[in-house]
Amino acid sequence: MKINVNGKEIDAFEGETLLSALKREGFDIPTLCYLEGMSPSGACRICVVEIEGQANLVTSCSFPVTPGLKVKTHSPRVINARKTIIELLMSSHPDDCLYCDKQDKCELLALARKYGVTKRRFSTISRNANMDISSPSIIRDPKKCILCGKCVRVCEETQKVGCIDFSMRGFKSKISCAFDSSLNVSSCVNCGQCVAVCPTGALMENNSLESVKRALESGKYVVAQHAPAVSVSLGEEFGLPLGKDVDGLMVSALKEMGFSAVFDTAFGADLTIMEEASEFAERIKNKGKIPMFTSCCPSWVKYVETFYPDFIENLSTCKSPHQMLGAVIKSYYAQKKGLDPKDIVVVSIMPCTAKKFEITRPEMRGANFEDVDFCLTTRELARLINIFGIDFKNLKPSQADLPFGERSGAGKIFGASGGVMEAAVRTAHYLLTGKELADLKFEPVRGIKGVKKAEVKIGDKKIKLAVLSGLGNAKDFLDALQKGADDADFVEVMACPGGCVNGGGQPFAKNKKAVLERAKALYEIDSKEKIRVSHENKALKTLYKDFLGKPLGEKSHHLLHTSYKARATKDR
Amino acid sequence: MTIQEELKKQLSTLPDFAAKKFVSTFFQGEDPEKIASSLRRENVSKPVIYIGAGTCGLAAGAGRTRKKIESLLKEKNIEAEIVEVGCIGFCSGEPLVDFTLPQKNRICYSKVLPENVEKILDSVFSLKPQKENLLGQFEGEFPWEGVEYLKENPFFSKQKRIVLKNCGIIDPLSIQEYVARGGYLSFIKAITTMTPDEVCDCVEKSGLRGRGGGGFPTGKKWKLAKAADAHEKYLICNADEGDPGAFMDRAVIEGDPHRVIEGMCIAAYAIGANKAYVYIRAEYPLAVKNLKKAILDARANGILGENIYDSGFDFDIEIKMGAGAFVCGEETALIHSIEGKRGMPRPRPPYPAVKGLFGKPTVINNVETFANVPEIIRLGHEYFSSIGTKNSKGTKVFALSGAVKRTGLVEIPMGTTLKEIIFDIGGGIEKGRKFKAVQIGGPSGGCIPESKIDIEIDYESLKSVGAMMGSGGLVVMDERTCMVDVAKYFMNFIQNESCGKCIPCREGTKRMLQILEAITRSRKREKTEDALRRFEGIIELEDLAKVIKETSLCGLGQTAPNPVLSTLRWFRDEYEAHIFDRKCPAGACSEMLEYSIIAEKCKGCSLCAKQCPTQAIMGAPKSPHYIVAEKCISCGNCKTVCKFSAVKVS
Repeated sequence: MKINVNGKEIDAFEGETLLSALKREGFDIPTLCYLEGMSPSGACRICVVEIEGQANLVTSCSFPVTPGLKVKTHSPRVINARKTIIELLMSSHPDDCLYCDKQDKCELLALARKYGVTKRRFSTISRNANMDISSPSIIRDPKKCILCGKCVRVCEETQKVGCIDFSMRGFKSKISCAFDSSLNVSSCVNCGQCVAVCPTGALMENNSLESVKRALESGKYVVAQHAPAVSVSLGEEFGLPLGKDVDGLMVSALKEMGFSAVFDTAFGADLTIMEEASEFAERIKNKGKIPMFTSCCPSWVKYVETFYPDFIENLSTCKSPHQMLGAVIKSYYAQKKGLDPKDIVVVSIMPCTAKKFEITRPEMRGANFEDVDFCLTTRELARLINIFGIDFKNLKPSQADLPFGERSGAGKIFGASGGVMEAAVRTAHYLLTGKELADLKFEPVRGIKGVKKAEVKIGDKKIKLAVLSGLGNAKDFLDALQKGADDADFVEVMACPGGCVNGGGQPFAKNKKAVLERAKALYEIDSKEKIRVSHENKALKTLYKDFLGKPLGEKSHHLLHTSYKARATKDR
Repeated sequence: MTIQEELKKQLSTLPDFAAKKFVSTFFQGEDPEKIASSLRRENVSKPVIYIGAGTCGLAAGAGRTRKKIESLLKEKNIEAEIVEVGCIGFCSGEPLVDFTLPQKNRICYSKVLPENVEKILDSVFSLKPQKENLLGQFEGEFPWEGVEYLKENPFFSKQKRIVLKNCGIIDPLSIQEYVARGGYLSFIKAITTMTPDEVCDCVEKSGLRGRGGGGFPTGKKWKLAKAADAHEKYLICNADEGDPGAFMDRAVIEGDPHRVIEGMCIAAYAIGANKAYVYIRAEYPLAVKNLKKAILDARANGILGENIYDSGFDFDIEIKMGAGAFVCGEETALIHSIEGKRGMPRPRPPYPAVKGLFGKPTVINNVETFANVPEIIRLGHEYFSSIGTKNSKGTKVFALSGAVKRTGLVEIPMGTTLKEIIFDIGGGIEKGRKFKAVQIGGPSGGCIPESKIDIEIDYESLKSVGAMMGSGGLVVMDERTCMVDVAKYFMNFIQNESCGKCIPCREGTKRMLQILEAITRSRKREKTEDALRRFEGIIELEDLAKVIKETSLCGLGQTAPNPVLSTLRWFRDEYEAHIFDRKCPAGACSEMLEYSIIAEKCKGCSLCAKQCPTQAIMGAPKSPHYIVAEKCISCGNCKTVCKFSAVKVS
């Protein structure tokens, strides 16, 4: 159908909202509480437009298009309303901008500049609420909260965890955990999806930059490892196109900052595949606990421990790739290099906020030292690069160090939802039949759909697979499992919808396009890789030959596997 | 037609089996007509004493009056039946006690308390009813000589009681009394002889509009929900009644719960819903109690349940209590509350009639709207649409309170003027004071000044003067009320009750309240920014009001600026007096009052100095005292304790 916007005729489709049509046609409509793909909240009121025939201004995010609609997006009435809303928000917002880490990405500040707010129209009142710095992953500063409600909706509707919600009323409204408890004792699973959607600095990751800088100055042997998703996302922080692989630039930058060695967590991923595929084969053979769930996502693991402790035994006992690599660094690598493990500092660069929690788990001490000492998000790495004044885009790319810089394509695709499953299938097939999969590209598990089901024939067995991303989908799956559903033998679960490319620590993306491009880049790297299966990783084979022995052997058990326990929380 | 004849006529419109079932259920016995008549207490053999025991009556002391009556009856060895009834609407006359003696019409006394009830009782039983406290007699076969009829009493003479028909007359806990006066026959008639379309048509043609404040045509809303294609539909009765100053829904549920149930039954049949919720505020325990009993009785007597009267229609009602949030009177917030979520509104479209409770088509109507439905079905749409104005048909119940002589609930035809309500029904301003304004519609409404009280009450006419019908709360104000204080009161209420979801309401009303507080703050406590805010005050208020009205998510925010805008429109001079002259013309804003001691009258007893919380009064004993203005916080203690009227307030 056709609708009239600012005097121009544009196309619109039956059933869509006015905002979706306006955005598609390139109109600049500000939003604060809008979440793509979810039902409109109608909370911020800043997307209002003037519609002929309507007495009041109308929020475009919730208004369905009808043929012949006459819309004005920037009439004086509309601009005045939007400006007033911004002024109202700013007058109950701290004047902290100079010291706020969200400054360059803050949506409220951007709107203030766009709408020319230069006067303090109302006197400042601040909310009476304290910062919550209890969680190793996420920092909450309710004073900066504009109550858009996006964090609540993502936690409640997408992740189905619901550990934060509105409390109190009127001007005293605030977002809090139940009973005002701190985040670390609530049912929060650290996934960071709330951080990813927060328009201001009210929700941020717990910043570890100071610790890493101190480590680099300390004279110790500081090792960096980077997760697969990071190299296809970091470029966005420097204005490079979506999905550009900046692996080489990143390694050079890290070296220039003073890291003694740079490894690729994808090597750890290959290691995880060897252990996990072997574990799965064992369970199938000995009729162990089926379905088996992957355990590389620490948010998912915490979720099971908190909400579904009955399924703890279904989790794989494998640690996540970076934890495995950290343990190997502080044992095998330390020996090889003649270093005292207590002089080694391992820093993981992750697209994830939950990893900051994972490294503090007491079980993560394979070699009698913490496997990983610090964890930085992709965003923090960008900050660090800027602090050191490195001209990122113009660096000469370099390769990650051996032995752990070598990785297969299978290890690289871990960053996308379905990647772990595909990598596992490639190796499991080989381990069980002695033959490679005919087509290494396992299409049914690719894509950003939240629930993917597939079947693979390994020898004469039909193995049922499921790939879930977004904890809400995991909840549905577990509920069905509790009721007796039986449609999977092996399940990959990622807490973040779409996988790690959409992690809580990733560069802030305006829409799904960024996530799609990042995932696409990973699969492209895999397709061009010479070695595409984990079990052919030469360095990995050497590691087993010289040190670990065989998968699930005693050394592996000690260094690379872990245990879980049920968790109680203050709000349940 | 007598009530009995009317009953017979209604029964004759039902199919045989239904009429027979109805009579055998409710008038079980050899002579159903005689049973019905005795239920109506038309011809009693034993005296009946009715006590108005609605919340208003109980608050006035009806409980104590009842105890005293019981002991008096025992003392005097009189056998009489005591019946507790609801509120007839004459709240300022409570406690009301009626008497029906054998062979005598029912007679009504007001302000009956333990102190005077014996005299009244004696006079009535000796057939010489005393004139003092006598309100009037009801119509009947056995008139009292020389006693005015209640319907001629100025409080009642202009009323047309459709919704309040049974309130204060029947025992609300008795389903049989309701039925004996024609109750539930409309519902049975609807499900056995009319199609849902015919019911919707009838209500639409009657012109009934939502009585909760929105004024949306009821029949149209039902038709929208009926047309929605879904297996499950819901009906909700909004009994949250959050407006301060509105208590008609409470009175109707306390005094005649079955009327509301019957209205809901008819509505559910019309739209195709099988389940209904009554969302009632928890602060109405008596209403909840009476409603619970009424629902149980309706179930036990085949009015609620499965396949009601063989029509194939199933229907049941569940009560859900609120938890103290005004915003939960808004329909989408109410729906969320029933669903177990936080009571916050959501954008519309989609409207609840299409997608409501649990995502299903839902009709939400106010208590008063439902209470109108049985009579519309009984008498036909022409009767209802013959009352009222062109666009506002029927009657409306108003809660009249404030500075008038007679306060309470009045049901008047649309088109009655405000002047008639305030001066004829309400009796004018008490204590000889002067009328200043009447606030209509609670925190969403506006004030109407003297120049406009000839206005005919109607949804549209009120909007044209910047007010709103709202739920029908009318608060009359005299010259002692400060209009800025009124605006501040309502804005404070709104700020406390705003759910906090949308920015214009949450942040904007806070700022409007700040400005109003700055305007009414005393000179001494004023901070430096306050002065600037004060001067910018009116302009900023108007600018903010415009944005809040135009962009808020729900009705609470959209109407929040109304009290401010309407008082600014009609009483701008009062605002200016506060801002520029720093005076409150009405003398109500306590912080702006200045206290001083008249030296000639002061005896130097120092009583005031002892009572002053800030030690602001100086003076030697037996000499005139003096108030230090900088220390005075205008609490008024000194004026209260001074025996010589030596304290002057200006």
